[in-house]
Amino acid sequence: MLSTAIENPEARPPSGPVTVNAGSTAEGETTGFEPKMSARGVNFYYGPKRALKDISLDLPPRMVTAIIGPSGCGKSTFIRLLNRMNDLVPDARLEGEILLDGFDINRPACDAADLRKRVGMVFQKPNPFPKTIFENVAYGPEVNGLRDRLALEERVENSLRRAALWDEVKDRLRESALGLSGGQQQRLCIARCLAVEPEVLLFDEPCASLDPISTAKIEELILDLRRQYTIAIVTHNMQQAARVSDRTAFFLMGEIIEVGPTGRIFKAPRDRRTEDYITGRFG
Amino acid sequence: MNTTKEKLIKLLFAAAAFSSLALLAGIIIVLFREALPVFSFVSPLAFLGGESWYPTAEPPEFGVWPLIAASAWVTGIALVICVPLGVGSALYLHELAGPRQRAALKPVIEVLASIPSIIYGFFGMTVMAPFMQEAFGLPIGLCALTAGVILGVMATPTVASIAEDALGYVPRSFREASFALGANRWETLVKVIVPAAGSGISTAVILGMSRAIGETMTVLMVAGGAAVVPSSVFDPVRPMTAAIAAEMGEAAVGGEHYHALFAIALALFLVTFVFNIAAELISRRYRLKLGLAR
Ligand SMILES: Nc1ncnc2c1ncn2[C@@H]1O[C@H](COP(=O)(O)OP(=O)(O)O)[C@@H](O)[C@H]1O
Ligand SMILES: [Mg+2]
Repeated sequence: MLSTAIENPEARPPSGPVTVNAGSTAEGETTGFEPKMSARGVNFYYGPKRALKDISLDLPPRMVTAIIGPSGCGKSTFIRLLNRMNDLVPDARLEGEILLDGFDINRPACDAADLRKRVGMVFQKPNPFPKTIFENVAYGPEVNGLRDRLALEERVENSLRRAALWDEVKDRLRESALGLSGGQQQRLCIARCLAVEPEVLLFDEPCASLDPISTAKIEELILDLRRQYTIAIVTHNMQQAARVSDRTAFFLMGEIIEVGPTGRIFKAPRDRRTEDYITGRFG
Repeated sequence: MNTTKEKLIKLLFAAAAFSSLALLAGIIIVLFREALPVFSFVSPLAFLGGESWYPTAEPPEFGVWPLIAASAWVTGIALVICVPLGVGSALYLHELAGPRQRAALKPVIEVLASIPSIIYGFFGMTVMAPFMQEAFGLPIGLCALTAGVILGVMATPTVASIAEDALGYVPRSFREASFALGANRWETLVKVIVPAAGSGISTAVILGMSRAIGETMTVLMVAGGAAVVPSSVFDPVRPMTAAIAAEMGEAAVGGEHYHALFAIALALFLVTFVFNIAAELISRRYRLKLGLAR
Protein backbone atom coordinates (compact mmCIF):
# COMPACT_ATOMS: atom_id res chain seq x y z
CA MET A 1 0.00 0.00 0.00
CA LEU A 2 1.06 3.55 -0.69
CA SER A 3 2.16 5.59 2.22
CA THR A 4 -0.08 8.39 3.36
CA ALA A 5 2.45 11.06 2.60
CA ILE A 6 2.33 10.09 -1.07
CA GLU A 7 -1.46 9.98 -1.15
CA ASN A 8 -1.86 13.36 0.46
CA PRO A 9 1.32 15.23 -0.29
CA GLU A 10 -0.21 18.66 0.26
CA ALA A 11 -2.25 17.74 3.27
CA ARG A 12 0.54 17.16 5.75
CA PRO A 13 -0.44 18.78 9.04
CA PRO A 14 2.09 20.88 10.93
CA SER A 15 2.88 18.03 13.29
CA GLY A 16 3.15 15.40 10.57
CA PRO A 17 1.66 11.94 10.86
CA VAL A 18 1.53 10.76 14.40
CA THR A 19 3.43 7.54 14.61
CA VAL A 20 4.72 7.53 18.14
CA ASN A 21 2.12 5.11 19.38
CA ALA A 22 1.36 3.51 16.05
CA GLY A 23 0.70 -0.16 16.24
CA SER A 24 0.13 -0.26 19.93
CA THR A 25 -2.85 0.23 22.13
CA ALA A 26 -3.22 2.06 25.38
CA GLU A 27 -2.35 -1.20 27.07
CA GLY A 28 0.74 -1.71 25.04
CA GLU A 29 -0.55 -4.77 23.19
CA THR A 30 0.87 -4.48 19.71
CA THR A 31 -1.26 -5.17 16.69
CA GLY A 32 1.67 -5.30 14.35
CA PHE A 33 0.23 -2.67 12.02
CA GLU A 34 0.15 1.03 11.67
CA PRO A 35 -3.45 1.87 12.57
CA LYS A 36 -5.80 2.85 9.76
CA MET A 37 -7.63 5.15 12.13
CA SER A 38 -6.90 6.17 15.63
CA ALA A 39 -8.31 8.38 18.31
CA ARG A 40 -5.83 10.20 20.53
CA GLY A 41 -6.94 11.68 23.81
CA VAL A 42 -10.46 12.35 22.64
CA ASN A 43 -12.92 14.18 24.86
CA PHE A 44 -16.35 14.96 23.48
CA TYR A 45 -18.98 17.25 24.92
CA TYR A 46 -22.68 17.67 24.14
CA GLY A 47 -23.05 21.19 25.50
CA PRO A 48 -21.74 20.94 29.06
CA LYS A 49 -22.12 17.15 29.16
CA ARG A 50 -18.94 15.19 28.67
CA ALA A 51 -19.86 12.09 26.70
CA LEU A 52 -16.35 10.75 26.01
CA LYS A 53 -13.43 10.88 28.42
CA ASP A 54 -9.89 10.69 27.18
CA ILE A 55 -10.47 8.02 24.57
CA SER A 56 -7.48 6.57 22.75
CA LEU A 57 -8.22 3.72 20.39
CA ASP A 58 -6.67 2.34 17.21
CA LEU A 59 -8.46 0.66 14.33
CA PRO A 60 -5.86 -1.68 12.82
CA PRO A 61 -6.16 -1.99 9.03
CA ARG A 62 -8.23 -4.82 7.56
CA MET A 63 -9.49 -5.92 10.90
CA VAL A 64 -12.76 -5.72 12.71
CA THR A 65 -12.78 -3.76 15.92
CA ALA A 66 -15.85 -4.28 18.08
CA ILE A 67 -17.01 -1.62 20.49
CA ILE A 68 -19.10 -2.98 23.30
CA GLY A 69 -20.60 -1.52 26.42
CA PRO A 70 -23.90 -0.74 28.08
CA SER A 71 -26.24 1.67 26.34
CA GLY A 72 -25.51 5.33 26.86
CA CYS A 73 -21.80 4.73 27.37
CA GLY A 74 -20.81 6.71 24.28
CA LYS A 75 -20.36 3.99 21.63
CA SER A 76 -22.41 5.79 18.99
CA THR A 77 -20.88 9.11 19.91
CA PHE A 78 -17.43 7.65 19.39
CA ILE A 79 -18.08 5.88 16.12
CA ARG A 80 -19.84 8.96 14.72
CA LEU A 81 -16.71 10.97 15.40
CA LEU A 82 -14.79 8.75 13.00
CA ASN A 83 -16.68 10.09 9.98
CA ARG A 84 -17.55 13.45 11.51
CA MET A 85 -21.26 12.77 11.69
CA ASN A 86 -21.28 14.68 14.96
CA ASP A 87 -20.48 17.83 12.98
CA LEU A 88 -24.25 18.05 12.56
CA VAL A 89 -24.86 18.22 16.31
CA PRO A 90 -25.21 21.79 17.53
CA ASP A 91 -23.25 22.88 20.62
CA ALA A 92 -20.97 19.86 20.54
CA ARG A 93 -17.23 20.13 21.12
CA LEU A 94 -14.31 17.83 20.45
CA GLU A 95 -10.89 17.76 22.10
CA GLY A 96 -8.07 15.53 20.96
CA GLU A 97 -7.22 14.10 17.57
CA ILE A 98 -8.77 11.57 15.28
CA LEU A 99 -6.40 10.32 12.62
CA LEU A 100 -6.98 8.60 9.32
CA ASP A 101 -3.74 7.23 7.86
CA GLY A 102 -1.98 9.47 10.33
CA PHE A 103 -3.70 12.72 9.40
CA ASP A 104 -6.11 14.59 11.60
CA ILE A 105 -9.58 14.38 10.04
CA ASN A 106 -10.66 17.56 11.78
CA ARG A 107 -7.93 19.75 10.34
CA PRO A 108 -9.32 22.71 8.39
CA ALA A 109 -8.04 21.38 5.06
CA CYS A 110 -10.05 18.18 5.45
CA ASP A 111 -13.50 18.34 3.89
CA ALA A 112 -16.12 16.36 5.81
CA ALA A 113 -17.81 15.13 2.60
CA ASP A 114 -14.48 13.85 1.24
CA LEU A 115 -13.75 12.15 4.52
CA ARG A 116 -17.15 10.43 4.51
CA LYS A 117 -16.41 8.99 1.09
CA ARG A 118 -13.44 7.22 2.62
CA VAL A 119 -15.15 6.34 5.89
CA GLY A 120 -18.61 4.89 5.26
CA MET A 121 -21.30 4.29 7.84
CA VAL A 122 -24.17 1.87 8.30
CA PHE A 123 -26.76 2.92 10.83
CA GLN A 124 -28.67 1.15 13.55
CA LYS A 125 -32.00 1.31 11.76
CA PRO A 126 -31.93 0.49 8.04
CA ASN A 127 -32.41 3.83 6.30
CA PRO A 128 -32.75 3.32 2.54
CA PHE A 129 -33.99 6.36 0.65
CA PRO A 130 -37.58 6.25 -0.64
CA LYS A 131 -36.17 5.57 -4.10
CA THR A 132 -35.64 2.46 -6.16
CA ILE A 133 -33.09 -0.17 -5.19
CA PHE A 134 -30.87 0.91 -8.08
CA GLU A 135 -31.12 4.61 -7.22
CA ASN A 136 -30.23 3.89 -3.62
CA VAL A 137 -26.96 2.21 -4.53
CA ALA A 138 -26.22 4.65 -7.36
CA TYR A 139 -26.76 7.68 -5.14
CA GLY A 140 -23.29 7.77 -3.57
CA PRO A 141 -21.32 7.30 -6.81
CA GLU A 142 -23.57 9.86 -8.50
CA VAL A 143 -23.05 12.60 -5.96
CA ASN A 144 -19.37 11.80 -6.18
CA GLY A 145 -19.36 12.53 -9.87
CA LEU A 146 -19.80 9.14 -11.56
CA ARG A 147 -22.05 9.95 -14.53
CA ASP A 148 -21.31 7.22 -17.05
CA ARG A 149 -24.35 4.96 -17.22
CA LEU A 150 -22.50 1.70 -17.84
CA ALA A 151 -19.93 2.35 -15.15
CA LEU A 152 -22.74 3.20 -12.77
CA GLU A 153 -24.62 0.01 -13.53
CA GLU A 154 -21.49 -1.99 -13.04
CA ARG A 155 -20.78 -0.27 -9.74
CA VAL A 156 -24.31 -0.95 -8.53
CA GLU A 157 -24.12 -4.61 -9.48
CA ASN A 158 -20.72 -5.09 -7.86
CA SER A 159 -21.80 -3.38 -4.68
CA LEU A 160 -24.97 -5.45 -4.44
CA ARG A 161 -22.95 -8.61 -5.05
CA ARG A 162 -20.46 -7.73 -2.35
CA ALA A 163 -23.35 -7.07 0.01
CA ALA A 164 -24.74 -10.53 -0.85
CA LEU A 165 -27.97 -9.01 -2.07
CA TRP A 166 -27.64 -9.18 -5.84
CA ASP A 167 -29.38 -12.50 -6.37
CA GLU A 168 -32.35 -11.41 -4.30
CA VAL A 169 -32.88 -8.07 -6.04
CA LYS A 170 -31.45 -8.36 -9.55
CA ASP A 171 -34.94 -8.65 -11.06
CA ARG A 172 -36.41 -5.76 -9.12
CA LEU A 173 -33.79 -3.04 -9.26
CA ARG A 174 -36.43 -0.55 -10.39
CA GLU A 175 -38.74 -1.24 -7.48
CA SER A 176 -38.86 0.80 -4.30
CA ALA A 177 -36.25 -0.10 -1.73
CA LEU A 178 -38.91 0.22 0.94
CA GLY A 179 -40.52 -2.98 -0.34
CA LEU A 180 -37.54 -5.00 0.91
CA SER A 181 -37.50 -6.78 4.25
CA GLY A 182 -35.63 -5.18 7.14
CA GLY A 183 -32.62 -7.44 6.70
CA GLN A 184 -32.52 -6.83 2.96
CA GLN A 185 -32.81 -3.10 3.56
CA GLN A 186 -29.81 -3.23 5.86
CA ARG A 187 -27.76 -5.15 3.29
CA LEU A 188 -28.89 -2.57 0.73
CA CYS A 189 -27.54 0.14 3.02
CA ILE A 190 -24.27 -1.77 3.18
CA ALA A 191 -24.22 -2.02 -0.63
CA ARG A 192 -24.98 1.69 -0.88
CA CYS A 193 -22.05 2.34 1.40
CA LEU A 194 -19.70 0.01 -0.52
CA ALA A 195 -20.64 1.72 -3.79
CA VAL A 196 -18.70 4.80 -2.71
CA GLU A 197 -15.62 2.57 -2.38
CA PRO A 198 -14.70 3.54 1.17
CA GLU A 199 -11.63 2.34 3.02
CA VAL A 200 -13.20 2.19 6.45
CA LEU A 201 -16.67 0.87 7.33
CA LEU A 202 -18.44 1.91 10.50
CA PHE A 203 -21.39 -0.12 11.72
CA ASP A 204 -23.51 1.24 14.56
CA GLU A 205 -25.48 -1.70 15.93
CA PRO A 206 -26.37 -2.82 12.42
CA CYS A 207 -28.45 -5.75 13.61
CA ALA A 208 -30.29 -4.07 16.46
CA SER A 209 -33.60 -4.07 14.59
CA LEU A 210 -33.18 -7.38 12.74
CA ASP A 211 -34.34 -10.94 13.29
CA PRO A 212 -31.76 -13.70 14.02
CA ILE A 213 -31.61 -14.95 10.42
CA SER A 214 -31.01 -11.48 8.99
CA THR A 215 -28.51 -10.88 11.76
CA ALA A 216 -26.61 -14.02 10.79
CA LYS A 217 -26.47 -12.83 7.18
CA ILE A 218 -25.09 -9.45 8.16
CA GLU A 219 -22.47 -11.08 10.38
CA GLU A 220 -21.45 -13.38 7.56
CA LEU A 221 -21.16 -10.36 5.33
CA ILE A 222 -18.96 -8.54 7.82
CA LEU A 223 -16.69 -11.57 8.02
CA ASP A 224 -16.51 -11.51 4.20
CA LEU A 225 -15.65 -7.85 4.09
CA ARG A 226 -13.18 -7.72 6.89
CA ARG A 227 -10.04 -8.52 4.94
CA GLN A 228 -10.74 -5.75 2.43
CA TYR A 229 -11.84 -2.97 4.74
CA THR A 230 -11.04 -1.58 8.12
CA ILE A 231 -14.17 -2.11 10.13
CA ALA A 232 -15.52 -0.82 13.42
CA ILE A 233 -18.74 -2.28 14.72
CA VAL A 234 -20.72 -1.15 17.72
CA THR A 235 -22.78 -3.88 19.25
CA HIS A 236 -24.31 -4.67 22.57
CA ASN A 237 -24.51 -8.29 21.59
CA MET A 238 -21.46 -9.96 23.13
CA GLN A 239 -21.73 -13.10 21.02
CA GLN A 240 -21.76 -10.94 17.95
CA ALA A 241 -18.61 -9.15 19.03
CA ALA A 242 -17.00 -12.52 19.72
CA ARG A 243 -18.05 -13.91 16.34
CA VAL A 244 -17.11 -11.08 14.01
CA SER A 245 -14.33 -9.08 15.58
CA ASP A 246 -10.56 -9.33 15.84
CA ARG A 247 -10.28 -6.79 18.59
CA THR A 248 -12.72 -5.54 21.17
CA ALA A 249 -12.92 -2.33 23.13
CA PHE A 250 -15.10 -2.12 26.20
CA PHE A 251 -16.63 1.29 26.88
CA LEU A 252 -18.16 2.31 30.16
CA MET A 253 -19.60 5.73 30.95
CA GLY A 254 -17.62 7.44 28.23
CA GLU A 255 -14.31 5.76 29.02
CA ILE A 256 -12.43 2.86 27.54
CA ILE A 257 -12.00 0.33 30.28
CA GLU A 258 -10.18 -2.32 28.31
CA VAL A 259 -9.14 -3.07 24.76
CA GLY A 260 -7.39 -6.06 23.24
CA PRO A 261 -7.72 -9.11 21.02
CA THR A 262 -11.32 -10.31 21.14
CA GLY A 263 -10.43 -13.80 22.34
CA ARG A 264 -8.38 -12.44 25.21
CA ILE A 265 -11.02 -9.90 26.22
CA PHE A 266 -13.70 -12.57 26.43
CA LYS A 267 -11.58 -15.34 27.93
CA ALA A 268 -9.37 -13.39 30.27
CA PRO A 269 -10.61 -9.86 30.87
CA ARG A 270 -8.13 -7.91 32.95
CA ASP A 271 -10.53 -5.43 34.43
CA ARG A 272 -13.17 -6.42 36.89
CA ARG A 273 -15.75 -4.22 35.18
CA THR A 274 -15.14 -5.86 31.79
CA GLU A 275 -15.62 -9.23 33.36
CA ASP A 276 -18.83 -8.12 35.05
CA TYR A 277 -20.15 -6.80 31.77
CA ILE A 278 -19.34 -9.79 29.59
CA THR A 279 -20.64 -12.22 32.13
CA GLY A 280 -23.88 -10.25 32.20
CA ARG A 281 -23.60 -8.99 35.73
CA PHE A 282 -24.64 -5.49 34.64
CA GLY A 283 -25.68 -3.49 31.59
CA MET B 1 -78.49 3.15 34.97
CA ASN B 2 -74.90 3.99 34.26
CA THR B 3 -75.01 2.29 30.91
CA THR B 4 -78.04 4.27 29.75
CA LYS B 5 -76.16 7.43 30.56
CA GLU B 6 -73.13 6.18 28.68
CA LYS B 7 -75.26 5.27 25.71
CA LEU B 8 -76.82 8.71 25.73
CA ILE B 9 -73.46 10.43 25.76
CA LYS B 10 -72.18 8.19 23.00
CA LEU B 11 -75.28 9.03 20.97
CA LEU B 12 -74.74 12.76 21.46
CA PHE B 13 -71.17 12.58 20.30
CA ALA B 14 -72.17 10.46 17.34
CA ALA B 15 -74.81 13.04 16.46
CA ALA B 16 -72.19 15.79 16.60
CA ALA B 17 -69.86 13.79 14.39
CA PHE B 18 -72.52 12.86 11.87
CA SER B 19 -74.02 16.34 11.71
CA SER B 20 -71.11 17.52 9.57
CA LEU B 21 -71.77 14.64 7.23
CA ALA B 22 -75.44 15.61 7.11
CA LEU B 23 -74.49 19.22 6.48
CA LEU B 24 -72.26 18.24 3.59
CA ALA B 25 -75.02 16.10 2.13
CA GLY B 26 -77.47 18.98 2.56
CA ILE B 27 -75.18 21.41 0.79
CA ILE B 28 -74.64 19.04 -2.08
CA ILE B 29 -78.37 18.38 -2.42
CA VAL B 30 -79.27 22.08 -2.42
CA LEU B 31 -76.48 22.87 -4.87
CA PHE B 32 -77.65 20.25 -7.32
CA ARG B 33 -81.33 21.04 -6.89
CA GLU B 34 -80.87 24.74 -7.48
CA ALA B 35 -78.22 24.36 -10.17
CA LEU B 36 -79.63 21.71 -12.48
CA PRO B 37 -82.69 23.70 -13.66
CA VAL B 38 -80.23 25.94 -15.52
CA PHE B 39 -80.07 23.33 -18.22
CA SER B 40 -83.77 23.75 -18.96
CA PHE B 41 -83.05 27.11 -20.58
CA VAL B 42 -79.41 26.78 -21.68
CA SER B 43 -77.51 23.75 -22.95
CA PRO B 44 -74.47 22.58 -20.93
CA LEU B 45 -72.21 23.48 -23.84
CA ALA B 46 -73.66 26.97 -24.29
CA PHE B 47 -73.47 27.45 -20.52
CA LEU B 48 -69.84 26.40 -19.99
CA GLY B 49 -68.50 27.51 -23.36
CA GLY B 50 -70.60 30.63 -24.05
CA GLU B 51 -68.59 33.81 -24.15
CA SER B 52 -71.34 36.25 -23.22
CA TRP B 53 -72.44 36.68 -19.64
CA TYR B 54 -75.39 39.10 -19.74
CA PRO B 55 -77.69 37.64 -17.11
CA THR B 56 -79.88 40.76 -16.79
CA ALA B 57 -80.10 41.71 -20.46
CA GLU B 58 -83.25 41.12 -22.51
CA PRO B 59 -83.01 38.35 -23.59
CA PRO B 60 -80.40 37.25 -21.01
CA GLU B 61 -77.27 35.34 -22.01
CA PHE B 62 -75.73 32.77 -19.71
CA GLY B 63 -72.29 31.92 -21.05
CA VAL B 64 -69.93 31.50 -18.07
CA TRP B 65 -66.72 31.08 -20.03
CA PRO B 66 -65.57 34.65 -19.19
CA LEU B 67 -65.99 33.88 -15.49
CA ILE B 68 -64.23 30.50 -15.73
CA ALA B 69 -61.40 32.05 -17.72
CA ALA B 70 -61.11 34.84 -15.17
CA SER B 71 -60.85 32.34 -12.31
CA ALA B 72 -58.28 30.34 -14.24
CA TRP B 73 -56.15 33.37 -15.03
CA VAL B 74 -56.28 34.77 -11.54
CA THR B 75 -55.53 31.38 -10.00
CA GLY B 76 -52.69 30.79 -12.46
CA ILE B 77 -51.10 34.12 -11.59
CA ALA B 78 -51.58 33.34 -7.91
CA LEU B 79 -49.75 30.03 -8.38
CA VAL B 80 -46.85 31.74 -10.10
CA ILE B 81 -46.53 33.85 -6.95
CA CYS B 82 -47.36 31.40 -4.18
CA VAL B 83 -45.49 28.30 -5.32
CA PRO B 84 -42.00 29.80 -5.42
CA LEU B 85 -42.65 32.05 -2.43
CA GLY B 86 -44.34 29.35 -0.35
CA VAL B 87 -42.03 26.46 -1.20
CA GLY B 88 -39.03 28.79 -0.99
CA SER B 89 -39.98 29.96 2.48
CA ALA B 90 -40.60 26.39 3.56
CA LEU B 91 -37.18 25.31 2.34
CA TYR B 92 -35.55 28.30 3.96
CA LEU B 93 -37.31 27.79 7.26
CA HIS B 94 -36.60 24.11 7.30
CA GLU B 95 -33.09 23.93 5.95
CA LEU B 96 -31.29 27.20 6.32
CA ALA B 97 -32.83 29.29 9.07
CA GLY B 98 -31.34 28.85 12.50
CA PRO B 99 -33.60 28.01 15.42
CA ARG B 100 -33.95 31.68 16.36
CA GLN B 101 -34.90 32.86 12.89
CA ARG B 102 -37.34 30.01 12.63
CA ALA B 103 -38.91 30.85 15.95
CA ALA B 104 -39.44 34.40 14.70
CA LEU B 105 -40.58 33.61 11.15
CA LYS B 106 -43.00 30.79 11.75
CA PRO B 107 -45.48 32.82 13.81
CA VAL B 108 -45.27 35.63 11.25
CA ILE B 109 -46.33 33.22 8.55
CA GLU B 110 -49.15 31.94 10.68
CA VAL B 111 -50.38 35.48 11.34
CA LEU B 112 -50.29 36.16 7.60
CA ALA B 113 -52.49 33.12 7.07
CA SER B 114 -55.01 34.34 9.59
CA ILE B 115 -55.50 37.89 8.25
CA PRO B 116 -59.10 38.25 7.06
CA SER B 117 -59.33 38.41 3.29
CA ILE B 118 -61.06 41.78 3.32
CA ILE B 119 -57.87 43.30 4.67
CA TYR B 120 -55.94 41.90 1.73
CA GLY B 121 -58.73 43.37 -0.42
CA PHE B 122 -58.24 46.80 1.13
CA PHE B 123 -54.53 46.55 0.67
CA GLY B 124 -55.06 45.56 -2.96
CA MET B 125 -57.43 48.43 -3.67
CA THR B 126 -55.56 51.20 -1.93
CA VAL B 127 -51.91 50.25 -2.38
CA MET B 128 -51.49 47.58 -5.02
CA ALA B 129 -53.96 48.84 -7.64
CA PRO B 130 -52.66 52.42 -7.75
CA PHE B 131 -49.15 51.01 -7.91
CA MET B 132 -50.03 48.78 -10.86
CA GLN B 133 -51.78 51.64 -12.60
CA GLU B 134 -48.72 53.78 -12.22
CA ALA B 135 -46.17 51.10 -12.99
CA PHE B 136 -47.80 49.76 -16.15
CA GLY B 137 -49.66 52.88 -17.28
CA LEU B 138 -53.06 51.20 -17.03
CA PRO B 139 -56.41 52.99 -17.24
CA ILE B 140 -57.37 51.23 -14.04
CA GLY B 141 -55.29 49.20 -11.59
CA LEU B 142 -58.01 46.69 -10.77
CA CYS B 143 -57.23 43.78 -13.07
CA ALA B 144 -56.39 40.07 -13.29
CA LEU B 145 -52.75 40.68 -12.41
CA THR B 146 -53.53 42.68 -9.28
CA ALA B 147 -56.04 40.08 -8.12
CA GLY B 148 -53.69 37.21 -8.93
CA VAL B 149 -50.78 38.77 -7.07
CA ILE B 150 -52.89 39.47 -4.00
CA LEU B 151 -54.34 35.96 -4.06
CA GLY B 152 -50.85 34.55 -4.47
CA VAL B 153 -49.66 36.45 -1.44
CA MET B 154 -52.71 35.24 0.48
CA ALA B 155 -52.10 31.61 -0.46
CA THR B 156 -48.36 31.75 0.27
CA PRO B 157 -48.62 31.11 4.02
CA THR B 158 -50.87 28.10 3.39
CA VAL B 159 -48.38 26.66 0.93
CA ALA B 160 -45.42 27.53 3.13
CA SER B 161 -46.78 25.99 6.29
CA ILE B 162 -48.01 22.77 4.67
CA ALA B 163 -44.81 22.38 2.67
CA GLU B 164 -42.79 22.97 5.81
CA ASP B 165 -44.73 20.24 7.58
CA ALA B 166 -44.02 17.95 4.64
CA LEU B 167 -40.30 18.65 4.92
CA GLY B 168 -40.51 18.04 8.64
CA TYR B 169 -41.94 14.57 8.03
CA VAL B 170 -38.83 13.53 6.11
CA PRO B 171 -36.99 11.34 8.60
CA ARG B 172 -33.66 12.60 9.91
CA SER B 173 -32.16 9.27 8.96
CA PHE B 174 -32.40 10.10 5.22
CA ARG B 175 -30.35 13.21 5.79
CA GLU B 176 -27.77 11.29 7.81
CA ALA B 177 -27.57 8.55 5.20
CA SER B 178 -26.98 11.12 2.49
CA PHE B 179 -24.28 12.96 4.42
CA ALA B 180 -22.62 9.69 5.30
CA LEU B 181 -22.27 8.93 1.59
CA GLY B 182 -20.29 12.11 1.05
CA ALA B 183 -23.13 14.28 -0.23
CA ASN B 184 -23.13 17.92 0.78
CA ARG B 185 -26.03 19.87 2.16
CA TRP B 186 -27.23 21.11 -1.21
CA GLU B 187 -27.13 17.67 -2.85
CA THR B 188 -28.94 16.24 0.13
CA LEU B 189 -31.64 18.87 -0.10
CA VAL B 190 -32.18 18.58 -3.85
CA LYS B 191 -31.75 14.84 -4.29
CA VAL B 192 -33.12 13.42 -1.07
CA ILE B 193 -35.15 15.79 1.06
CA VAL B 194 -37.21 17.53 -1.62
CA PRO B 195 -38.04 14.34 -3.56
CA ALA B 196 -38.97 12.61 -0.32
CA ALA B 197 -41.22 15.54 0.55
CA GLY B 198 -42.37 15.89 -3.06
CA SER B 199 -45.92 14.69 -2.77
CA GLY B 200 -46.32 16.58 0.48
CA ILE B 201 -45.22 19.70 -1.36
CA SER B 202 -47.70 18.96 -4.17
CA THR B 203 -50.41 18.69 -1.56
CA ALA B 204 -49.42 22.11 -0.30
CA VAL B 205 -49.62 23.54 -3.79
CA ILE B 206 -53.02 22.00 -4.49
CA LEU B 207 -54.43 23.30 -1.24
CA GLY B 208 -53.00 26.74 -1.96
CA MET B 209 -54.62 26.58 -5.36
CA SER B 210 -57.98 25.58 -3.95
CA ARG B 211 -57.66 28.44 -1.50
CA ALA B 212 -57.02 30.85 -4.38
CA ILE B 213 -59.80 29.61 -6.60
CA GLY B 214 -62.40 29.78 -3.84
CA GLU B 215 -61.40 33.19 -2.50
CA THR B 216 -64.19 35.72 -2.98
CA MET B 217 -63.86 38.97 -1.10
CA THR B 218 -60.46 39.91 -2.45
CA VAL B 219 -61.29 39.24 -6.08
CA LEU B 220 -64.56 41.07 -5.69
CA MET B 221 -62.59 44.10 -4.55
CA VAL B 222 -59.55 44.05 -6.83
CA ALA B 223 -60.22 42.02 -9.99
CA GLY B 224 -62.06 44.80 -11.78
CA GLY B 225 -65.37 43.05 -12.32
CA ALA B 226 -65.67 42.97 -16.13
CA ALA B 227 -67.36 39.75 -17.33
CA VAL B 228 -65.25 39.59 -20.46
CA VAL B 229 -62.86 36.84 -21.56
CA PRO B 230 -59.48 38.34 -20.64
CA SER B 231 -56.90 38.77 -23.36
CA SER B 232 -54.14 40.15 -21.16
CA VAL B 233 -53.24 40.09 -17.47
CA PHE B 234 -54.05 43.80 -17.34
CA ASP B 235 -57.72 43.28 -18.24
CA PRO B 236 -60.29 43.69 -15.51
CA VAL B 237 -61.97 40.35 -14.91
CA ARG B 238 -64.83 38.80 -12.97
CA PRO B 239 -63.93 35.39 -11.49
CA MET B 240 -66.69 32.91 -10.65
CA THR B 241 -66.77 33.67 -6.95
CA ALA B 242 -66.99 37.40 -7.55
CA ALA B 243 -69.88 36.93 -9.96
CA ILE B 244 -71.86 34.90 -7.45
CA ALA B 245 -71.22 37.31 -4.60
CA ALA B 246 -71.96 40.41 -6.64
CA GLU B 247 -75.04 39.16 -8.43
CA MET B 248 -76.84 36.89 -5.99
CA GLY B 249 -78.48 39.83 -4.26
CA GLU B 250 -80.14 41.11 -7.40
CA ALA B 251 -81.17 37.72 -8.85
CA ALA B 252 -84.80 36.83 -8.29
CA VAL B 253 -85.11 33.66 -6.23
CA GLY B 254 -86.07 30.78 -8.53
CA GLY B 255 -85.34 32.82 -11.66
CA GLU B 256 -82.99 31.89 -14.48
CA HIS B 257 -80.18 34.11 -13.22
CA TYR B 258 -80.53 32.55 -9.77
CA HIS B 259 -80.20 29.02 -11.15
CA ALA B 260 -77.28 30.02 -13.33
CA LEU B 261 -75.41 31.39 -10.29
CA PHE B 262 -76.07 28.16 -8.45
CA ALA B 263 -74.65 26.25 -11.39
CA ILE B 264 -71.47 28.31 -11.12
CA ALA B 265 -71.34 27.56 -7.42
CA LEU B 266 -71.74 23.86 -8.15
CA ALA B 267 -68.90 23.98 -10.65
CA LEU B 268 -66.68 25.70 -8.08
CA PHE B 269 -67.65 23.19 -5.44
CA LEU B 270 -66.78 20.29 -7.70
CA VAL B 271 -63.44 21.79 -8.63
CA THR B 272 -62.35 22.44 -5.04
CA PHE B 273 -63.73 19.06 -4.00
CA VAL B 274 -61.59 17.32 -6.60
CA PHE B 275 -58.55 19.37 -5.55
CA ASN B 276 -59.00 18.45 -1.93
CA ILE B 277 -59.51 14.78 -2.64
CA ALA B 278 -56.41 14.82 -4.81
CA ALA B 279 -54.45 16.54 -2.07
CA GLU B 280 -55.61 13.98 0.46
CA LEU B 281 -54.77 11.03 -1.78
CA ILE B 282 -51.35 12.37 -2.58
CA SER B 283 -50.49 13.09 1.01
CA ARG B 284 -51.70 9.66 2.08
CA ARG B 285 -49.56 7.99 -0.55
CA TYR B 286 -46.70 10.15 0.62
CA ARG B 287 -46.96 9.18 4.25
CA LEU B 288 -47.12 5.57 3.13
CA LYS B 289 -44.03 6.06 1.02
CA LEU B 290 -42.10 7.43 3.98
CA GLY B 291 -43.32 4.55 6.09
CA LEU B 292 -45.29 6.87 8.39
CA ALA B 293 -48.61 5.12 7.97
CA ARG B 294 -49.88 1.79 6.83
N1 LIG C 1 -27.28 14.68 20.30
C1 LIG C 1 -27.07 14.54 21.62
N2 LIG C 1 -27.21 15.59 22.45
C2 LIG C 1 -26.99 15.48 23.77
N3 LIG C 1 -26.61 14.33 24.36
C3 LIG C 1 -26.45 13.24 23.60
C4 LIG C 1 -26.68 13.28 22.18
N4 LIG C 1 -26.43 12.05 21.68
C5 LIG C 1 -26.08 11.29 22.74
N5 LIG C 1 -26.09 11.99 23.89
C6 LIG C 1 -25.73 11.49 25.21
O1 LIG C 1 -24.43 11.02 25.20
C7 LIG C 1 -24.30 9.79 25.90
C8 LIG C 1 -23.76 8.71 25.01
O2 LIG C 1 -24.74 8.42 24.01
P1 LIG C 1 -24.49 7.38 22.85
O3 LIG C 1 -23.18 7.66 22.24
O4 LIG C 1 -25.66 7.43 21.95
O5 LIG C 1 -24.45 6.01 23.65
P2 LIG C 1 -24.53 4.51 23.12
O6 LIG C 1 -24.47 4.51 21.64
O7 LIG C 1 -23.38 3.83 23.76
O8 LIG C 1 -25.81 3.95 23.64
C9 LIG C 1 -25.69 9.47 26.44
O9 LIG C 1 -25.73 9.88 27.78
C10 LIG C 1 -26.59 10.30 25.60
O10 LIG C 1 -27.71 10.70 26.35
MG1 LIG D 1 -25.93 3.86 20.22
